Amino acid sequence: MKIVKPAAAGTLESSDILITLKPGDGTLDIQLTSSVDVYYHDTIMQVLKDALEEMEVTSAQVQAVDRGALDCTVRARMITAIKRGSEVES
Amino acid sequence: MRRTMLFLPGNNPNMVMNGGVLGADSIIFDLEDAVAPDQKDAARELVRCALEMLDFGGCEIIVRINALDTPYWKEDLEAMIPLKPDVIMPTKVSGAAYIHELEAKMAEEEEKNGIEIGRTRIIPLLETTLGIENAFEIARSTKRMAALYLGAEDLTADLRCRRTKEGNEIAYARGRLVCAARAAGIDAYDTPFTDVEDLAGLKKDAELARGLGYTGKAVISPRHVDIVNAVFSPSKEDVAYARDVFAAMEEAKEQGKGAVSLRGKMIDAPIVERARQVLEAAAQIGGMLDE
Amino acid sequence: MSKLAGSLREAIAASGLRDGMCISFHHHLRSGDYVLNMVLDEIAAMGIRDLTVNASSIHDGHAPMIEHMKSGVVTGLETNYIGPAVGRAISEGVLKNPVIFRTHGSRPSDLEQGVSKIDVAFLAAPTADPMGNCTGKIGKSACGSLGYAFVDAQCAAKTVVITDNLVDYPLYDWSISEDFVDYVVQVDAIGDPRGIVSGTTRMPKDPIALRIAQTAARAIDASGLLKDGVSFQTGAGGASLATADFLKQIMLEKHIKGSYALGGITGYIVDMLNEGLFEAIQDVQCFDLKAVESLRTNPRHMEITASRYASPTAKSTAAGSLDVVVLGATQIDLDFNVNVHTDSKGYIIGGSGGHTDVAACAKLTVIVAPLSRARMPIVVDRVLTVSTPGSSVDMLVTQYGIAVNPARPELKEALQKAHLPVKDIGELKALADKINGAPKKREIKKDRIVAKVQNRDGSLLDVIYGV
Repeated sequence: MKIVKPAAAGTLESSDILITLKPGDGTLDIQLTSSVDVYYHDTIMQVLKDALEEMEVTSAQVQAVDRGALDCTVRARMITAIKRGSEVES
Repeated sequence: MRRTMLFLPGNNPNMVMNGGVLGADSIIFDLEDAVAPDQKDAARELVRCALEMLDFGGCEIIVRINALDTPYWKEDLEAMIPLKPDVIMPTKVSGAAYIHELEAKMAEEEEKNGIEIGRTRIIPLLETTLGIENAFEIARSTKRMAALYLGAEDLTADLRCRRTKEGNEIAYARGRLVCAARAAGIDAYDTPFTDVEDLAGLKKDAELARGLGYTGKAVISPRHVDIVNAVFSPSKEDVAYARDVFAAMEEAKEQGKGAVSLRGKMIDAPIVERARQVLEAAAQIGGMLDE
Repeated sequence: MSKLAGSLREAIAASGLRDGMCISFHHHLRSGDYVLNMVLDEIAAMGIRDLTVNASSIHDGHAPMIEHMKSGVVTGLETNYIGPAVGRAISEGVLKNPVIFRTHGSRPSDLEQGVSKIDVAFLAAPTADPMGNCTGKIGKSACGSLGYAFVDAQCAAKTVVITDNLVDYPLYDWSISEDFVDYVVQVDAIGDPRGIVSGTTRMPKDPIALRIAQTAARAIDASGLLKDGVSFQTGAGGASLATADFLKQIMLEKHIKGSYALGGITGYIVDMLNEGLFEAIQDVQCFDLKAVESLRTNPRHMEITASRYASPTAKSTAAGSLDVVVLGATQIDLDFNVNVHTDSKGYIIGGSGGHTDVAACAKLTVIVAPLSRARMPIVVDRVLTVSTPGSSVDMLVTQYGIAVNPARPELKEALQKAHLPVKDIGELKALADKINGAPKKREIKKDRIVAKVQNRDGSLLDVIYGV
């Protein structure tokens, strides 16, 4: 999928993750801050990358602010943001 | 067991991930009223990922989808059916035709995903006057039907009256729904009590529903779960009586008696059936079958 | 003679305070305290330096003392609790000497035994008379019990009472007596009432906390301790406070009358006293207005000293007679050791307070905690800091089940018989890792020791390294 416009999904509530997505410059750039950085930074990054790969997104700017979201929430929010960011206005 | 079904707002990660430990027999992932129109996609995705990746500890999984007159319901089913929820809950169900249309799409998705056709059951929310009138027709419209569920908030709007805690205004609807459900051989859920803080009022309302023959009650707050579970659980006296019924049956059998009586009352089939259900429920609750 | 000093500076000068000495404070004004900051500012302005502060607790409102640590006015700290604001600075190395962490019970014990010494005690008093008789029960800055302050007055070489409500001599409803006091200073305000006590203590609404509390109450009932004459202590918030509510329901159902409630007292416990669920309250600290009022007016609501509360060298203590205590935890490990001093990164965010004391003394010690908080693990392989040793802890109650210390097989059996969800603590940890994903293992840098955690008997329980 191609990210054609900025999109966001999720919130800053506890156990959620706020993901903002913008069209990229040909690469994947992921910025992640997390309340559980110390334990789960790598895990969360992997979940984000996996979702991007599965949806065939190769170019995007991703900013993620995590408040202790579980993997399923991280994945859900990333997928929602991708779908929103690749919607073509009809 | 069907004592409680607890609503979990589908777009709320905290509620969704904790759904399994709140004590409810069934949990309803709500894609409908608890989710704003611009977040329907987010809720759908969150519930999908949660059902895929989390363990809900033996709770029955229900997904409340958007109504058939919205643009969302088909995508809801396409996303949810593959994850094998136990039950789909459609809203504003007014007649059998609605169920047939829903069923057709459910069967289509089950087939597409290699799932046994008919596996996913239905508990419709009856919240319109037409739905209440057509309750029996709806109840027996499909083998998928597990229970009927009464929604009094929207119903009172349709009835053009005020919703009260006493509930006189929904007396007919309550009676009609449970009657229709039992006539069709399925369960009945009462409408939720909407005052989160009034726990005494909740207990009274739940006891009323139980008195009418309801199987259980929907709840909108985790704080209501234990009270409603207690109301719809068999009491120690119920269990003791049920045991006496079976003991009397055994005794009569041994003595070659045809008719069985207990405490001066004849034990007929419905009493035995009720006793059996009580012991079954007690076994599931744990701790009730000791001493 | 007059003990009334014209100003705080006068009192400090008269006390003979010099470089290198030890000064003390109590924490009954909690986050509303002005006195500690006021006194340190004055001492700094007078050019006195290199002091050790012995305070029963340090709260976030004491953040200005970080500057005094940087400038060398304060070079040592002995306390039972440090809030995260000051805690963080200490973890980052702002204090010259390592902190000595004690417990609410061992602080008075060490002072009474002469193991630690106070040169000048600064005693904030909501009401005092010109000879130094004082109390926390009345005044615009009323705080209720002065439990932690008694030992300061009794053991310090010099005691300075600081009040914003000076009354005529003699104050008849006194708590601390004039025969321990050297100087009395009157100021405009000793603290902000809104920070001293809260208006009303409310039960938590979090459904997970409520579930944990209900399970804890059922477990306590199953243990057999919930009968006539029962005594217990619960916390002032969260699942710990909510457990009191569920215990109350069982006590009402079974017509049980307890002997006493201990703590840390909230209006909630006061209600239970007034409803006849206890004979008395033993109060070492008041948390809200209702507790303050009850202490003032009800003879069954007693003010007790920290020594009587939990001193390991006292002839007997209120904690020593306690049946049940319900406590929280930042972390708990597979050996049931509890951490209430540091967060997962190693920053100081608290301290034992009375945790270690009551856990050691009570017949049944119940820790209530969720399995994790927003993906932050609570059940861990090994706690970062041992605040309360596992030998004092009997069970952990989470929303996923109860783990019982293997040293209490009869307790485990009793819970299983009551059909409560008993699990192995290893099982609970594995479940947490399954839900959250396995957390990355962290290495703690062990260069600089910023604090020493002492057990009740003075032995070293653990050390805390700088971050």
